[in-house]
Amino acid sequence: MPFSLLVLACLAYVVFLFAVAFVAERRAKMGWFGFLRSPAIYTLSLSIYCTAWTFYGAVGYAARSGLEFLTIYLGPSLVFVGWWWVLRKLVRIGREHRVTSIADLISSRYGKSTFLGVIVTVMAVVAATPYIALQLQSVVLSFGAFASATPEGMAPPDAAQTAIWVAAGLALFTILFGTRNLDAKEQHHGIVTAIAVEAVVKLAALIAVGAWVVWGLADGVGDMMSRIDASPLAAWDLKPGRWTGLIFLAGAAVICLPRMFQVMVVEAADERQMARASWAFPAYLMGMSLFIVPIAVMGLERMPAGSNPDLFVLSLPLAQGQEGLAMLAFLGGFSSATSMVIVEAIALATMVSNHVVLPLWLRLRPAMDVSRDLRRVVLLSRRLGIVGVLALSYAYYRASGGSAALAAMGLVAFVGVVQFLPAILGGLFWRGATRSGAAAGLLVGFAVWIYALFLPSFGPDVILPRTVLEDGAFGIGWLRPQALFGVTRLDPLIHAVFWSMLLNIAAFFTVSVLTFPNPVERAQGEAFVNVFDAADGSAGRLGWRKGSVGAEELLVMAQRILGEDAALDHFRAAAMGQGKDGYLPDPTPEFLSGFESRLAGSVGAATSHAMVSQLVGRSAVSVEDLMAVANESAQIMEYSARLEGQQGELARTAGALREANAKLQELSRQKDSFLSQISHELRTPMTSIRAFSEILAEGDLSPGIVAKYGGIIHDEARRLTRLLDDLLDLSVLENGAVQLNVALTSIREIVDRALLAAASTRPERVFTLHRDLVAEQIFVQTDADRLTQVLINLISNARKYCDAPAPELRIVVRQRAGRITVDVIDNGPGIAQGAQGLIFEKFARLSDQSRAGGAGLGLAICREVMLALGGSVRYLPGQGGAAFRVTLPLRLALAAQ
Amino acid sequence: MARRLRIPFLPRRDYRLRRLHDAARLLPLFGLFLIVLPILWSAPDDVARRTASDGLYLFGVWIGLILVAALFARGLATPPSEPPEPSVVTEDPNAL
Repeated sequence: MPFSLLVLACLAYVVFLFAVAFVAERRAKMGWFGFLRSPAIYTLSLSIYCTAWTFYGAVGYAARSGLEFLTIYLGPSLVFVGWWWVLRKLVRIGREHRVTSIADLISSRYGKSTFLGVIVTVMAVVAATPYIALQLQSVVLSFGAFASATPEGMAPPDAAQTAIWVAAGLALFTILFGTRNLDAKEQHHGIVTAIAVEAVVKLAALIAVGAWVVWGLADGVGDMMSRIDASPLAAWDLKPGRWTGLIFLAGAAVICLPRMFQVMVVEAADERQMARASWAFPAYLMGMSLFIVPIAVMGLERMPAGSNPDLFVLSLPLAQGQEGLAMLAFLGGFSSATSMVIVEAIALATMVSNHVVLPLWLRLRPAMDVSRDLRRVVLLSRRLGIVGVLALSYAYYRASGGSAALAAMGLVAFVGVVQFLPAILGGLFWRGATRSGAAAGLLVGFAVWIYALFLPSFGPDVILPRTVLEDGAFGIGWLRPQALFGVTRLDPLIHAVFWSMLLNIAAFFTVSVLTFPNPVERAQGEAFVNVFDAADGSAGRLGWRKGSVGAEELLVMAQRILGEDAALDHFRAAAMGQGKDGYLPDPTPEFLSGFESRLAGSVGAATSHAMVSQLVGRSAVSVEDLMAVANESAQIMEYSARLEGQQGELARTAGALREANAKLQELSRQKDSFLSQISHELRTPMTSIRAFSEILAEGDLSPGIVAKYGGIIHDEARRLTRLLDDLLDLSVLENGAVQLNVALTSIREIVDRALLAAASTRPERVFTLHRDLVAEQIFVQTDADRLTQVLINLISNARKYCDAPAPELRIVVRQRAGRITVDVIDNGPGIAQGAQGLIFEKFARLSDQSRAGGAGLGLAICREVMLALGGSVRYLPGQGGAAFRVTLPLRLALAAQ
Repeated sequence: MARRLRIPFLPRRDYRLRRLHDAARLLPLFGLFLIVLPILWSAPDDVARRTASDGLYLFGVWIGLILVAALFARGLATPPSEPPEPSVVTEDPNAL
């Protein structure tokens, strides 16, 4: 194929990608997100994990080390399948805290530290530069493979020239779509969509080549299997250390790689996308690896000895004259390289601008001229960052001369970025992780990586002298870069992973435990670790005190970063949220936090915090403030619990009061009616006494009649006396001035007397009497007359009110624990439950008084008597009639008097 | 410090969801075990292994993991019926 045609195809492909990115960007701008936020696009964009290193390199890897290449894809698959552990939290935090990059995540978690942001940025750039160089190399190599196969036509430029063209083209594309605008949230829909398209192209290309190998060159799956068995790949060397180590490395890298973080966390819209990607992305990776071994086997079989196995994907179809397929494979490889470079460059440029350039800018010009639009500074720094990263990579490519050493660079870069892992996981799950700890871990891990892996990877005498490699620095054997502390039995890569991670974690943990975090760190730690528990915005309350700054100054700053419209919108919404009109909300702590977080979406947490601090004054939060805020919710909870308790108590009291009130009203009513009754009671005998005495006074009466009238007068006078006696008795009892005549008496005797005395009440009624004479044979020390009075009252009541056709009376005497109970039970209608509380009250009378014939004082007197006797009388419900229980002590203690 | 209201019992749907979360947490560990298992298959001195059969095994495990994860994904994406996990934690063990 002529080289010019190849260039044309490339250009056409790039123009197509431009169009895709452009359309996607337009749709996003119009707010038509639709498919842009679909899980499919998200999953496909994750495929930038598969770079040219995968596309070309995996086959070479398989040709050299058998199935070991699978570890690079199995590790990430496990991490995604286990998304519930880490990725879910990462995505949630990324969204809640508007994280713009991995440096921003770490810096934000550890107290919005600028220092950490710089460390992470530098590490990421150092680790990524060779990796990007590797992509450039792969594109150059694939151009070369094509060009050398077809020498006619336009002469291909040399490798260096190709590389510079590719680098420049990529920089242009990235700048056009990656730094078009400064979004509130750092999302690039155009780029993501273009990458999704590239993901499809590279998967399709690899599968097409694979299918062609299996069903075109070989004769189906069975034949392929036997060819594998017959090839040099039939047996492979499973090194347990490398197998597990690489699975860990790849799994960790998928979390820590800046470009993966960019598409996975920063560009993510919600967790639902992640749920889909949890299986779809492993499926994609499996699709990518499915045909690697067949292609490697067929390449070894068909290609001349000594040809580069890294290019089998391309050279195999070319050698077999399948130019169309080769073209597809070329575009697949091209896609892999370009998508990786674009996203990596964006991620790195964002980090450089937010964590290095902006803080420097703010420090150098603390008195910011207000008119200046800071957005242009940010965008310019990003564009320069992209160019810088690509230039650095190109320089690296030229310096390394496209050597074979570059091929190993993929894994070396992995080990570099994996140094972020302890700081990230510690920050996500351990509140005790501090900024100093994270910095110590990162620096130690980074240093070990540089010394033990990065520098030696150039080979002896390039940077590290051979003597250092063989004898250790300063001739100390324990400091040999690839055998630290005398550990010689590990593979150099695993050796570096082992020591860097071990020392990284050790430093991270030790320093974290020994240092004390500042308040912002603690607030951020709480917000990150408990991101799922926190209600929206609860973390936002931490951080700012109501400052003296005017909202207008904040608005001016916001306009410089967010742009006029977005800033005004934000302020307007906040003002409305506070119930204010206009564009200037009160600078409350909530508003300041929300504002800071909004800025953080553009320039990173550390810079945003610094800028707001500059206006508001130092973040005035102290440990006490933090604790106060944290305690607030607990206190509210406690307070509400207390309120609930008090409410219950109030309800109970109110119930008791209502009851008492009802009782009082009833009593008052009864008192009224009693007064009228008693006056009636008093008046009736008085009237007859007066009438008969007048008759007697007239004289002229027969002695018989005089005697009769005299008798009537006498009877009525007695009735009056009795009534007055009762009243007197009651008042004496109530005043506690009663005289008791305590002596030893038998209960039986008392009951006998009571029955006898009560028999005069309604003597016409004959009661069947149930008694247990033996049980009644109890001697008690009490006032026998008073007790008899009580029993007479109860028995007379039974005689009065029991209207059963066959009336019965039961008297049950029991002795229990030094107390005697005497139950008087009839088989009448009993007393309604509502009235049970009233019967012992004075003047209470349930039925019409004609039948009762008393003044309603009987039971009240009984109660007072029993109180005086150290006992009680109560109504006993549920006995099949009216029942009263008299309780009294066996021996009345006189001291109690 | 951060003491929250603890709900001791859940409705059936939320109970199932919690167990699904447990299963989702366990899945990668299970997968890791299966993937690391080939290390134990051969004696340490006889490390050479057959590519074809090992490849089939690994891809089989891989497909299995993908299928199970796909099965879980739908359930995991649905939020609990209560306002988002009202309180899983009774007392924050990391409270500082």
